[in-house]
Amino acid sequence: MAITSPENKLWWTEKVGRAELVWITIAFLWGVFMFAMMVWWHLEGNQNLSNEVYRVVPETFEEKTVAFTEKYTVREEADIPVVKPDPGSDIYMLSRLWEWWPILELKKGQTYRLHLSSMDWQHGFSLQPVNINIQVHPGLEHVVTLTPTQSGEFSVVCNEFCGVGHHTMVGRIHVID
Amino acid sequence: MSVAAETGIIGGIAAKFRTCPATGLKIDIAAQNLIKANAVVAIVFLAVGGLFGLLVALTRWPAVKILDPDLFYLVLTAHGLDVLLVWIIFFEMAVLYFASAIILNCRLATPRIAWLAFILMLVGAVLANVTVLQGESSVMFTSYVPLKAAPNFYLSLIVFAVGALLGCFVFLGTLVIAKDEKTYEGSIPLVTFGALVACIIAIFTLASGAVILIPTWLWSLGYIAHIDTVMYKLVWWAMGHSSQQINMAAQVAIWYAIPAILMGAKPLSEKVSRMAFLMYILFLQLASAHHMLVEPGLSSEWKVFNTSYAIYLAVLGSMIHGFSIPGAMEAAQRANGYTNGVFEWLRRAPWGNPAFAGMFLSLVLFGFLGGISGVVLGTEQINIMLHNTMYVPGHFHATVVAGTSLAFMALTYLVVPLIFQREIIWPRLAKWQPYLFGMGAAGISLFMMGAGTLGVARRHADISFSDATLSFDYPPAAFLMLGLNGMAGILAAIGGGLFVVIIVFSVLFGKKVDASNIVEALGPMPQKRVSDAVHKHGDSGTFHLPGTYILVATFFSAFVLYYFVNWKYLSELWQLG
Amino acid sequence: MAKETIESDSTDKSEPIPPMQRLLDNHFLLLFIGVVVPTVLYTLWGVMELSQIPISQ
Repeated sequence: MAITSPENKLWWTEKVGRAELVWITIAFLWGVFMFAMMVWWHLEGNQNLSNEVYRVVPETFEEKTVAFTEKYTVREEADIPVVKPDPGSDIYMLSRLWEWWPILELKKGQTYRLHLSSMDWQHGFSLQPVNINIQVHPGLEHVVTLTPTQSGEFSVVCNEFCGVGHHTMVGRIHVID
Repeated sequence: MSVAAETGIIGGIAAKFRTCPATGLKIDIAAQNLIKANAVVAIVFLAVGGLFGLLVALTRWPAVKILDPDLFYLVLTAHGLDVLLVWIIFFEMAVLYFASAIILNCRLATPRIAWLAFILMLVGAVLANVTVLQGESSVMFTSYVPLKAAPNFYLSLIVFAVGALLGCFVFLGTLVIAKDEKTYEGSIPLVTFGALVACIIAIFTLASGAVILIPTWLWSLGYIAHIDTVMYKLVWWAMGHSSQQINMAAQVAIWYAIPAILMGAKPLSEKVSRMAFLMYILFLQLASAHHMLVEPGLSSEWKVFNTSYAIYLAVLGSMIHGFSIPGAMEAAQRANGYTNGVFEWLRRAPWGNPAFAGMFLSLVLFGFLGGISGVVLGTEQINIMLHNTMYVPGHFHATVVAGTSLAFMALTYLVVPLIFQREIIWPRLAKWQPYLFGMGAAGISLFMMGAGTLGVARRHADISFSDATLSFDYPPAAFLMLGLNGMAGILAAIGGGLFVVIIVFSVLFGKKVDASNIVEALGPMPQKRVSDAVHKHGDSGTFHLPGTYILVATFFSAFVLYYFVNWKYLSELWQLG
Repeated sequence: MAKETIESDSTDKSEPIPPMQRLLDNHFLLLFIGVVVPTVLYTLWGVMELSQIPISQ
């Protein structure tokens, strides 16, 4: 029994049943397949998170974001600047208690280099309803290459707990055709 | 009571024993008292933490929403601490002492240190609750820096961890004593081996906890200026996720133990089951990376290797247990005479025994809901769709609530007659308890996973964003999911409450157990129908186990299907590169 | 593992215990590898990568 010592003290040399061996083989191969799937998706898939990351002082990142915003602002929405950058360019969005700033207006099918960082605590970039979720840290500048494939109005919800105002933290990305 | 208290002087150390009326084995009184104390405190914190959980579920139910955001975040922090850490680890201490001193028929090493461990854990647990309820430490269970809690928050966890670490050493010491005093021959029983695996993982877990929590405590006191946020998270999860891997090993040990006690089930192959456990020792803890898949700063190589537990070798271990546990049951039942058809062995299993029902539901719900969702969620790229959504708590409620908690409850139905020496009061009510709790827990998991698939953020006080500057609405189905989650939460709370009440009343007022009623006290067991058993098959080693083959084939099909469905969803996302 | 860990008093006199079984019976060796393997593969590898993140321009 499982609650007593093995009756056969030399249990290592006991024969294993055939069905069990078949199952172990299937399970092992399935594991290898699932592992290969992740590797293959890096080579052939279109949804991989970029590894381009830099250490950055929050104030420096804020300066870069402000300069970017001033350059490309086209209008305001709820007192937040709406920024329409050149297709294919570097774009910035910062997070702080409790907002995503600025609002971005992107073109469908164009590829952007989105720079993300936090001014204070950790935040969670959760693009809805697309459902892309990326963790945002203070002191780290994460450059994510992003190509919108749908047009419309999208929201950035914070999905990392960041204090009492966490549930009011919503940002915006517009995608135009 | 047949407490034939006997004083054995072994190696110059006196230990008091009683004789177990069921097995005739010696039971160390010190181990027995420690198991009682740890189990009782565990259940008290299950009640407290469960109540907090009910408040969380009711707040997420849009039509009910009983807590305002401040209180919601406070209660959510307390819920995580009490059930993920306190209930689970106290109960695991009871399991470790049971699997060593009781199963090995041996005295417990250094009972005084075990009591010190108990007191430290209790002080830590109470201090953690008091600190969180004071309101300055609503930082969630994970307390990601630079969110700062009161210094006592970190201190309480350190004290708790030190206590638990001492408990692990007592377990290891008991193994040494059992070997020296030759209370067993050859290798330790498989269940004790599983407990050893839990203990090994616990030591890694608690050491990682100390490495990160001590500097964080000093930081909260102002002695350290800066803690790197990703570094914190990396090491914190070596504790936070591995602590749930302790559960994994402990619950697998329980899945082997209960069929052994009730049906006389024997592992199909000691070698295969122990190798599966070895995969846990080596690779299970790597899955801490599941929480780091969308963090900046770690390479894809690190992510892919660690998130896959080294090419899914630890998953292989679980899939092996998923075969050998039902297989052992089927073989035992067939040997007991239940040989008709493919599933008579399962149909005629003791479903009215809460220990069996709880164990089997735990196995099935863990495998189908928790296991599959865990592997999918932990796939590097698929995690982009699910990170920090309600899918995450959905997944771990399937593993920790429907899996671990239910397994621990099932074992408790045997610990009460064997260790507390009391009959379960209200057996007819107890019969239904695992089903109520299991259904509730399954509902919580499924509906939260559903909401997560629709993008709903976890740890969020108001998913209607009523106070936000920019508005956003999740799809209406998400609100439905959270309503259903609230209802399932009520069901689980009823099942959990029933468990607490039944066990507390049984311990206080249950009929005393002695040699005359010990067998009935363990609950209904399968009757042996030996007459026709012997001829149909050879010895148990060559059993044909068609029922088990069908069960694992069903599991595997569900796994493969669900895995590919998620890749399909992923391929429709915006392009990221 | 030392030779004497092979049960001298056990009933099996002739057949030696295979190395894998001896590993699985050696609880403290298992503890050692169970702590070292994740510490190296998860924690140290991760810390190494995090400490090599370049500075932003």
